[in-house]
Amino acid sequence: MAIIRDVMPAFDLLQPSTSADAQKLLEQCGDDAWVMAGGMDSFDWLKDRIKKPKVVVDLSGIDELKGIRVTGDGVEIGAMTTLTEIANHAEIRKNYGVLSQAVSLVASPQIRNQGTLGGNVSQDVRCWYYRDGWPCYRAGGNICYADTPVGRNREHAIFGADRCVAVHPSDSVPALIALDAKFVLQTPKGERTVDAEDYFVGPDMDITKINMLQPGDLLTAIRIPSTWAGSRFYFEKVRDRNVWDFPLMNVASAIMLSGNTIGRMRIAVNAVSPRPMRLKAVEDAVQGKPADATTGEMAGKMAVEGAVPLQFNAYKIPLMRNLVKRAIAGVPSQQA
Amino acid sequence: MPPIPAHEPTKPEDEKPLPFGSGYKLIGKDYSTNDLVAKVTGQSKYAEDFRAEGMLFCRLVLSPMPHGRIKSINAEKALAMPGVRGILTAAEVPGHADYINDNGTRIKADKWGELALTDEPMYQGEPILAVAAVDELTAANAIEMIEIEMEPLPFNTDPVDSLRPGSANAREDGNVWVREDGDHGREKLTSFKWTDEDFAAEKEGRMPTGKATEHWSYGDVDAGFKNAAVVLDETFLTADVSHQCLETRTAMAHWQNGKLYVYTGTQSTFQTVAAIARWMQIDEDKVVFISEYTGGGFGSKITGALTLVIPALLSKKLNAPVMMRISREEEHFIGRARPGIRARTKIGFAKDGRITAVDMFLVSDAGSYGSSGDGGACGSITSLLYQPPAMRWRNVTVATNTPPRSAQSAPGGMQAIAIIEPILSKAARKLGVDQVALRRVNCPEGKAEFGPPNPRTGKRGYTTSCFLKQALDAGAKQFNWSERAARQPKQIGSKVRGMGVSLSTYHGGSTGFDGLIMVTPQGRVQIQSGIGNLGTEAVIDVHRAAAEVLNMPWEACDIVWGDTSKHLPYTCASGGSQTTHAMTRAAHAVGLECAQRLKEVAAKSLGGQPDDYEVANLRVSRKGGGGGMSFAEAAQHAIKLGGIYDGHDVNPDVDKATQQAVTALAGQGLVASAKDKFPHDGDSYSYLACFAEVEADVETGKYHIVDYLAYADVGTVLHPAALGGQVLGRSTLGIAHAIGQKWVIDPQYGATVAKRFYQNKPPTILDVPVDMKWNALNIPDPETPVGARGCGEPPVGGGCASILNALSDALGDDIFQRTPVNADTILTSYEAGRPMQNPLLAHI
Repeated sequence: MAIIRDVMPAFDLLQPSTSADAQKLLEQCGDDAWVMAGGMDSFDWLKDRIKKPKVVVDLSGIDELKGIRVTGDGVEIGAMTTLTEIANHAEIRKNYGVLSQAVSLVASPQIRNQGTLGGNVSQDVRCWYYRDGWPCYRAGGNICYADTPVGRNREHAIFGADRCVAVHPSDSVPALIALDAKFVLQTPKGERTVDAEDYFVGPDMDITKINMLQPGDLLTAIRIPSTWAGSRFYFEKVRDRNVWDFPLMNVASAIMLSGNTIGRMRIAVNAVSPRPMRLKAVEDAVQGKPADATTGEMAGKMAVEGAVPLQFNAYKIPLMRNLVKRAIAGVPSQQA
Repeated sequence: MPPIPAHEPTKPEDEKPLPFGSGYKLIGKDYSTNDLVAKVTGQSKYAEDFRAEGMLFCRLVLSPMPHGRIKSINAEKALAMPGVRGILTAAEVPGHADYINDNGTRIKADKWGELALTDEPMYQGEPILAVAAVDELTAANAIEMIEIEMEPLPFNTDPVDSLRPGSANAREDGNVWVREDGDHGREKLTSFKWTDEDFAAEKEGRMPTGKATEHWSYGDVDAGFKNAAVVLDETFLTADVSHQCLETRTAMAHWQNGKLYVYTGTQSTFQTVAAIARWMQIDEDKVVFISEYTGGGFGSKITGALTLVIPALLSKKLNAPVMMRISREEEHFIGRARPGIRARTKIGFAKDGRITAVDMFLVSDAGSYGSSGDGGACGSITSLLYQPPAMRWRNVTVATNTPPRSAQSAPGGMQAIAIIEPILSKAARKLGVDQVALRRVNCPEGKAEFGPPNPRTGKRGYTTSCFLKQALDAGAKQFNWSERAARQPKQIGSKVRGMGVSLSTYHGGSTGFDGLIMVTPQGRVQIQSGIGNLGTEAVIDVHRAAAEVLNMPWEACDIVWGDTSKHLPYTCASGGSQTTHAMTRAAHAVGLECAQRLKEVAAKSLGGQPDDYEVANLRVSRKGGGGGMSFAEAAQHAIKLGGIYDGHDVNPDVDKATQQAVTALAGQGLVASAKDKFPHDGDSYSYLACFAEVEADVETGKYHIVDYLAYADVGTVLHPAALGGQVLGRSTLGIAHAIGQKWVIDPQYGATVAKRFYQNKPPTILDVPVDMKWNALNIPDPETPVGARGCGEPPVGGGCASILNALSDALGDDIFQRTPVNADTILTSYEAGRPMQNPLLAHI
């Protein structure tokens, strides 16, 4: 049958006003349902007619999923809170600056006004073969078109490839991992909380999924504990264009310093692997060492051990090495 | 009024820049164009905004493969769906046919030409079928019910690979365009391959060269290299870049009383009628074309777009108006692109940086339909802009199974500048010569020669004027070049700064078109404009030249544009930056004609001779006082006089189309028409000197543009704000080529994988400096009465190359051999100390 793009197919639009109703609807509709937050990822899939759900559950009318609450132990951000609101929130800017910095670099102002934190962390990969409807592994087929001798894979993975070489595209996720955030899920079995890095699923576990949400599950909030409040943060995103672009790579870190000595650190990198990468080995290795260029260089080299470049993305190895170095030692500002 | 110039060669150094508007009341002054309020309030109607009673919508089916043949189409189920009204197949589209051009010459049918729908698609994404329904959702649902059986055919998406022995050709009858009969015959496709030996250079990372299908030379090239202090031999690839007009090729059509009404964007309102008639194979007087506003063309909509015949044919077939909206993805495929050029260029330099010889070998990617003139223009612009005393140019134009190419702002010229300028920068570093100084010694001047000698006359072409050296000097001063270039250190931490300068040029005008004015009995001056409203404001601006001659307030002028049923004069196509030059000449001519007729009417009514009168402030008055009449009274008298005064008789000088327009306006006022017959010695080009500073981070490969200045030599400045928009807008198009806009094609499947803006990455407003600067010399061109030349295209090459040169100044000569230059290019090459990307590999 012939193919056409850019005409959204018809579907039933359900617009619950409570998260309990939303979760119930998702449970009832099961695999037929598509959960829509800000729509920034959803509309592409729908307009391209590659995903044709019978039902779209639109979360935009659920007020309880919106807003930022300062709690006794950090902040809780509703999954439907816009990225703009998070970027501008005083408490987050003051104590969790790595997150406000990360979300303020997502896409463009218009997309940040519409896009939500829940949507940003739950968005699908952007491999252009997969997004164009090619029948690849991730789409249920039996080939990866990006990982061929001539496949176009400049923006693809150097780690974690398992048949699929797409990368996770979120800017907010590394910051949330660095902050040790917890994701709150409503499931048919009740509320469940998971560590940020455990929310994501690699192709080795389930190649057709990008996160742990099952039919009937709903991400309702993200909690940031105060553990890392006010620590030394670093976020950097490298992208082709200065606005409206996914990351070629990003890095986020939180460091507890004692003088210039690293007490504890959390660091995560994205757009290098199908799953956002927390660099646990680096975190352990730098503990007790000075936060300087020597430690940074050591950490950078350690971070890229085991990286496997594809035909067009070898640059990601020095890029990751340098970004990890900077996450510890900062951007060099002295004369070369 | 400045006098009509004498046509003596001008010594460039004698000419002094003038303040904008000097000596004029309207020309050179900023004002609000007549279409401004509609544009900023959203009242302007683009093609997609039009509606008609009972209008249907159609959607396209695009080829899923880069080359194939349709074996069968089964639309039975689709046609049975409620709301589906019909389909259009390739068999229903008028085929290739002979036509008669403007000069009365019969142009033979081109069997390789593109049609709106095809049953042998030559690229993935080519339209093969259209479906019309009551709405787009119904049409889309219907399309998914259509079964199309296709036979895949051999394909090739890489022009150099296509020259390899044994490689697949883009078409069954060939891969390379050649002239049938030497240099002047029609182009035909033939199978053309190099040998394995020719490809030996590939192993050294250089572009292989073999036999060329086109070539010219002048001067003693071998002696030039022999006498050079430095000889560089470089390989470079310029990217294929889509036009990406913000308004896609959307079109609406309906038929009324046997006439076809078409609504779509175009660069050239008047000239599009003939194109529609040719594509539809109907008479021109059966076409009414409406195009009030166009969201960009850049060479891709010179006469609209071929696909407009799809709603036109469906409308006729289904007896209902049909709207065809084109999506961004469809636009990527059918919206045209600049041909990428692979170049091997050898240049010799004397000690002072003066070029001694150029040897340029090009492989130009013509895409799926038609040959491309970009390779030819690349050679010609190189010879003009850098004035080599000896040059050899060779070219092979290759067909590939990639989307169709067309002219894109500065076609060929942009590529020439992107190819040559980095070599100049490298030579300057090797010779220890300042970058500006090296360009100054090679800069064209005055009536500068270009291209090869004409085989018939033995003489080379030459320009009308060139004051580029003055622009280079003024720009270097404004940019504070010397101090900034000497600033140390260049590197602080991981950040390295670099400075780049580039010369730039392209065509800037044509001649021989008509102007048409009617003074109404109400005293308004109605100016008929056949120019497309493509965003440059030429549609309005050029007519300031007529109002200037009439010495009248602009507020009393009404511009009629955007609808060919409103009687428009013979007007140039807006391509090749010819409009400002061509149509200010026509406007000047018709302004003079109108003033003369007004004086004649006054003399006939009030006595005396026409020369006893003068025209000013909407009156025709006896010189020195003693009576006169208003424009309104003059128009009323003109109607009474009839004949030549009110359009019942027509100025025989003007084109047939203008004569028809005059006749249609007859009796409604004082109607004046005139042809531009002013002398013109040489070819009109415009020039710029472009300057850029970049800062690159060697740890991320990311760079940003710190500052940019384009200093123009475009003749008299007609409308400063519009010129600034053109200079910086087209500079940004050039910058896009340098910094990231691209195609991504998987060669194994011949399929485009980057079709959306976030994937093919045209630059955003944050990718250029917020305070980009421009300036202009404002020295009149001596070969045109208003002195103004066009400037749509000339900035593109300089915009691109100034960035490339700044990057190589910052990072060294061994970073890039192709555009765009991105973080990945810089990061891998900077670490390795040599270019790490295959210079011949495109579309990544």
